[in-house]
Amino acid sequence: MDPSIFDTGKRPVWCPGCGNYSILLALRKALAELEINPERVVIVTGIGCHGRMSEYMKTNTFHTIHGRVLPLATGIKLANPDLLVIGHSGDGDAYAIGMGHFPHAARRNIDIKLIVHDNMIFGLTTGQVTPTTPIGVKTRSTPFGNFEQPLNPILLALASGATFVARGFSGEVEHLKELFKEAIKHRGFAFIDVLQPCVTFYNTYTILRQKVYKLEDTGHDPTDFERAVKLASETERIPIGIFYRINRPILEDAFLHAMNPPPVLRQKPADIRKILERFR
Amino acid sequence: METSKNLSVLIAGPAGAGIFSSSLTLGKIFLRHGLNVFITNEYPSLIRGGHQWAQVRASLEETVFSHQKKVDIVLALDKPSIEKHTASLKTNGIIICDEEDASSLAKNNGQMRAFPLRKIVKEMNAPSVTINSIGLGIIVGILNGNIEIAKKLYDEQFRGKKETADLNKQLFNMGYEYGKELSNSFQGYKLPQQAIYSGKEKRLLIDGNTAVALGALSAGLTFFVSYPMTPASPILHFLAEVQKEVGIVVFQPESEIAAINMAIGAAYAGARSMVATSGGGFSLMVEALGQAAMTETPILIVEVQRPGPSTGLPTHTAQGDLRFVIHASQGEFPRVVLAPGDPYQAYVLANRGLNIAWKYQVPVILLSDKYLGESYWTVPDFPELGIEEPKISRENVGGFFPRYKITEDGVSPLVFPGTPGSLVYANTSEHDEYGFGTIEPSKVKEMQDKRLRKYRLLREEAEKHGIETIGDGDIVVVTWGSTKQVVLEALKGVSGVKLVQVIWMEPFPKNKLLSEIKDKRLLVIENNSTGQLASLIRENLFREPDGLLLKYDGRQFFPEDIQLWINSYLER
Repeated sequence: MDPSIFDTGKRPVWCPGCGNYSILLALRKALAELEINPERVVIVTGIGCHGRMSEYMKTNTFHTIHGRVLPLATGIKLANPDLLVIGHSGDGDAYAIGMGHFPHAARRNIDIKLIVHDNMIFGLTTGQVTPTTPIGVKTRSTPFGNFEQPLNPILLALASGATFVARGFSGEVEHLKELFKEAIKHRGFAFIDVLQPCVTFYNTYTILRQKVYKLEDTGHDPTDFERAVKLASETERIPIGIFYRINRPILEDAFLHAMNPPPVLRQKPADIRKILERFR
Repeated sequence: METSKNLSVLIAGPAGAGIFSSSLTLGKIFLRHGLNVFITNEYPSLIRGGHQWAQVRASLEETVFSHQKKVDIVLALDKPSIEKHTASLKTNGIIICDEEDASSLAKNNGQMRAFPLRKIVKEMNAPSVTINSIGLGIIVGILNGNIEIAKKLYDEQFRGKKETADLNKQLFNMGYEYGKELSNSFQGYKLPQQAIYSGKEKRLLIDGNTAVALGALSAGLTFFVSYPMTPASPILHFLAEVQKEVGIVVFQPESEIAAINMAIGAAYAGARSMVATSGGGFSLMVEALGQAAMTETPILIVEVQRPGPSTGLPTHTAQGDLRFVIHASQGEFPRVVLAPGDPYQAYVLANRGLNIAWKYQVPVILLSDKYLGESYWTVPDFPELGIEEPKISRENVGGFFPRYKITEDGVSPLVFPGTPGSLVYANTSEHDEYGFGTIEPSKVKEMQDKRLRKYRLLREEAEKHGIETIGDGDIVVVTWGSTKQVVLEALKGVSGVKLVQVIWMEPFPKNKLLSEIKDKRLLVIENNSTGQLASLIRENLFREPDGLLLKYDGRQFFPEDIQLWINSYLER
């Protein structure tokens, strides 16, 4: 399949050199290589620079409000489990305003994918601090330096019971594409934090290029939880790849009673005559 | 109002003593004697201890619409209940209580009837909650009721638990024998000995919350997500319990924000979805309400009001959220707000609400209240209402479907993800016909006009179905929600008064209402402190009420108070 089948033809408006281009490209390629029909795909995007993904992906899309990618995507998937639902979120969208949903999506293991465009800054609102901005970094809202400990999304995902936890780097498009393919193939909640420098407000390309290394080159066993936690805690060098992957029942399994046919295909209302007998 | 045409029983005691379930059992015994029944309750926000009560009213001759101040019988399960409710007794009323509680009280006013309730339960080694069964037996005995009805009911309630059923039947029987001895001395309303209930009885004794759930199911609900919040939680409990029977998704997520976003996601995918909450939860849903409007995704939101602001009185009743739900969320968009006043209307309007949401692709808010949600009324059997088919396209357009196509009535065809050859883009940013973002001034205006055009047909619906009128007279009492029921109770035996219940709160049925109140004296009654319906009348009809009766102490009105107030206008 040609990746351009997923191209809406709209010219992206991201800054030249923005990491979002790599994510867009990697996703189109991953879907094409897996030969997934665009009709079957729903891309859900939040608010932020990443949100433009829904303008450029020729699939079903939902550009939702700030922080609500996960519940929106969960609703779509539970209503129609035949769809491939991929959520895109930014570090502000997922880890600041939308954080209340993240651990829950992970622990309930809904079969959706979450790709976080993590540039450690608010880009669209012109450069404010986010939960992944390192300490000391001066932003427009922290002119004297960020004073909050950044959170570690990989550790958080592991602690929350996520069944697929990975980190990608927009500077490694082919590697990223493979991660996306693995995430799509995973049955359950698949989480990928993508390090994606913001060339305008927080350009980390040079330092990231120096620090990243690939987990698969180290022979890491992704079923080893303790090792995954250790790797996630590394700061001197930055591992990318799959930290952790296991199989566990998915949320949809709890609703098999409602899936024959699934909610979206139901033609007739439920018969309530029998239930009414309780009230006589 | 102290007529012998009806009976009122009050069961009171500490929380956790089984008061609600015994009030429901008693209500059902009355129902199966062929009577019309009403049950309401009041409880504090805690699980054990504190004081709570339930009032059961019944009548063969008339409909009982609400609770009232004075009762015929009090079943007091502890000493504080005796002290608190002696004043609620009619002059010929009696209090049934435990002998220990009675003997420790300084005086017996002659209305107390003491029994060794706790002693019996203790000697029989029965759970303390079974004291209710003796109490109910005494009541039904006094009223000269048919014991077979009660026995059959216990068998049904404890199906598969024969020992429990037998124990409760035995205790009920003991109470019944006590009660029969008192029967002749009791001057109040008695039950018909011959049961009128045939088993084919098609009436229902049901609460507003369950009626809402059933109404939504009848309109094709397949997806219900809700975060617990009193007094809306019973909708979640009921649907969770029946979800396998009716084959739908019922899910409790991490917050109300998650709940409504999941419901919107499900509706975008093509599932008829609903959320239920109270004012606080609705506050959290407000941003997503706008999302439903902007993406034109159908959604039914049930808001069961309780007193605010903020946490307010979690387990009490109010009608203070009317203006809030009409105006909630930024920007301007069409929405529908429907306010049922009884369980039958709750059933019909939940069905209508879900159908309207899908027909017009607008958010619909069903505005209930605690008194409606958690009280029980005898209502006619619920009819089969069904699904009204919305505009859905299954067309293969070979790319993006014009999901927001400009149409004359403002409603564009729906298309769902997974449709062969058609892609659908829902966008919370302003967008063109295909969902793609736009800031083009003419396009922005065109889309806003398209959405607002839905108001044309919605206003027609509001004018057609927006109000209910009962009776006629030169005085018109306008009210809404469950307060309608109390006004109906108050108007028993009063003539020259017309009752108008506003059901469509948004869009407001102004022409229809104007025709009903024209040249009449206008009285407005609401369970809030600022007169929000009165303000809507002022705004839409330029009419100032001649009288405004408000109550905002967390309690529904008493019919006695409403009657006095209305009478004062009749006398003028």
